[in-house]
Amino acid sequence: MSIEVRNISKSFGAFKALDDVSLQVPKGQLVALLGPSGSGKTTLLRIIAGLEFGDPGSGLVLFHGSDVANYRVGDRGVGFVFQHYALFRHLSVFENVAFGLRVKPRRERPSKSEIRQRVMDLLKLVQLDRLADRYPSQLSGGQRQRVALARALAVEPKVLLLDEPFGALDAKVRQELRQWLRRLHEEIHVTTLFVTHDQDEALELADRVVVMNHGRIEQIGTPEQVFQEPATEFVMNFLGSVNVFHGRAEGGRLRFSNLEMHAPDLANGAEVTPLRIFVRPHDWTFETHDNGTPCVRATLRTVNAAGPKVRLQLVTDEGDVINVEISQERYGELGISPGSAAFLAPRDIKLFKDQKDLLATWRVAQDVTVEEERLLSPEGP
Amino acid sequence: MQSERRQAQSDPVWMKWGLTATATGVIAVLVLIPVINVFAEALSGGIGVYWRNLFADPETRHSIYLTLTVAPIAVVANIIFAIAASWAIVHFEFPGRTLLTALIDLPFSVSPVVAGLMFVLIFGLQGYLGKFLRRDGYSIMPYIMAGIAAVAVIAIHSIMQHRQLPSANRKSHSCVIVVLSGVATFAAVLIIQLYFHIWPEHQSLKIIFATPGLVLATMFVTFPFVARELIPVMEAIGPEEELAALSLGASGWQTFWRVTIPNIKWGLIYGVILCNARAVGEFGAVYVVSGHIEGKTDTMPLRIEKLFQEYNLPGSFAVASALTLLALLTLAAKTLVERKAHAIHTRGAHTRGGIR
Repeated sequence: MSIEVRNISKSFGAFKALDDVSLQVPKGQLVALLGPSGSGKTTLLRIIAGLEFGDPGSGLVLFHGSDVANYRVGDRGVGFVFQHYALFRHLSVFENVAFGLRVKPRRERPSKSEIRQRVMDLLKLVQLDRLADRYPSQLSGGQRQRVALARALAVEPKVLLLDEPFGALDAKVRQELRQWLRRLHEEIHVTTLFVTHDQDEALELADRVVVMNHGRIEQIGTPEQVFQEPATEFVMNFLGSVNVFHGRAEGGRLRFSNLEMHAPDLANGAEVTPLRIFVRPHDWTFETHDNGTPCVRATLRTVNAAGPKVRLQLVTDEGDVINVEISQERYGELGISPGSAAFLAPRDIKLFKDQKDLLATWRVAQDVTVEEERLLSPEGP
Repeated sequence: MQSERRQAQSDPVWMKWGLTATATGVIAVLVLIPVINVFAEALSGGIGVYWRNLFADPETRHSIYLTLTVAPIAVVANIIFAIAASWAIVHFEFPGRTLLTALIDLPFSVSPVVAGLMFVLIFGLQGYLGKFLRRDGYSIMPYIMAGIAAVAVIAIHSIMQHRQLPSANRKSHSCVIVVLSGVATFAAVLIIQLYFHIWPEHQSLKIIFATPGLVLATMFVTFPFVARELIPVMEAIGPEEELAALSLGASGWQTFWRVTIPNIKWGLIYGVILCNARAVGEFGAVYVVSGHIEGKTDTMPLRIEKLFQEYNLPGSFAVASALTLLALLTLAAKTLVERKAHAIHTRGAHTRGGIR
């Protein structure tokens, strides 16, 4: 079932949790609501579920094109998985999953043996059929999470809503459950929305990512889109680490830190300032000598070689700190150590104006010329 | 390191033994020896005499019967009050919420004698309402009964309502339904009572120096016990399990009986045990409102006092021992429930944490 949210606002006193949010989720997709805490993502999820309501007169929630304002949470056909699972602590795993079936009106309620069959099938699906008689307190966090999911699925929801599904788990379990949820979604294909503050989780799991901040949607797109073409500075910043520089464009040239390069097309050569320039740590080419490419000169300060990539921290004479990631092989070839001089050529630059909109994305080719790939706001200032 | 820590943590040996001895001594002198003595005195004439002292005297028999009537009524009333109050305090924001929380504790700080006097002043035949109670006291009963029924209907409705999490238009709509059903219930119950003349007319209604007064005084003194237990339990559990039940399609009643009640069960039982212990043993407030009418308004504690004043020591001790036995049973039950509730509570704490 498709979900549509139209112009929903929600205030808690003076605090605006949601500010005129609109969103469309096509049928069968797995969508992530991504944002820092306080960005309104959980509030949005709870409004869709019917656990909370938007400000009076502010907007609509549509399921499959029809307004659900008059349906209470139990009648909306949603399965909701709470952040702390909210399992019934006085009931066994089996009874937890069976709850939604047992409370159905007599006419719709399946027979005892049907309930037993359905619950055991679901427990098999979440790989917990052997623990049916345990109580929630006797389960690990990951197991509780799966019980919560099975319980939500028992009522055959048309929409599955998960609030920080892996928030309370440790890193390893989280990784496992993530892949398991992806496989489960491919199996049952229920429209699914999940809230997360972990960008890796969103990028790895979701068909589409909704990035939220301060009660507004910053960008909606596929994981590639939001990562490669962030619409705003916030999205760029939130999805992975970045190096930020203040700079200016003038007379067809772009300057930041101690780098100056040819940029004839940028804003048609007009002056743009202040300009914020973002380069991700893995988007630098590290050289130990100047090969003529536009580059930032810096001194290597620290090296952290633990992990799949080597993380370097450098500092320029101007005092800019730059984080760079290079491969282990490259690190071996370079033979560098703290104190070495470095020439850092940016491969991918993103320019933002006024802390907000993306002005341009640049790919710098390996030779001397600079190529502008696209200009997202061509009217420019 | 180890020795340093020991020094910082533990007190000198003389202090350890001194404090332990003091505590044990005080308990022995003030609690243990008197309790044993009560039983010893009561049984000093042998089992036969003891039995006769307890059950042969019709006044004593009546006092046992009265205590076993008044206490349960007060306890049941307090359970209903406590669930309503703690539910309201935990689930809703409303003006006067802090005041209500504070007022629940008032009976703990007011002397029971003062409480008794308050009721005499209000409900006594010479009190504020005295004139009315004397002339045609029962004429108010139909209204009270109708009021209780209406409140019950509205309460049930609003429990369901709260679970429906209404949107704007649904809210006003259902408000009208709630008010209408309340009014209808009130009218129906009232008319039935008036039509069938259920209550005696033109008679004085005795509250003070009668059982209703005893119930009122006992209720006043004991009402913090259950509420005090329930409020923290409800707060600790939080609304999430109830929301989960609703999201799975349960109705308000189903959620209440299948999720809320099992969760607060042990807190509730614990509160009821404490409340019952106090209700059975209450002396001060009951003393003032009872009027000591033998075989009519004497509860067990009052009977003990009267027998004692009449130099009937064996009789007095026999009733006292029965009361003490009740207290010991309460203590045992309390300890058992405490243990059980503690187990549940720690289980609950783990449920929220979620560490593998």
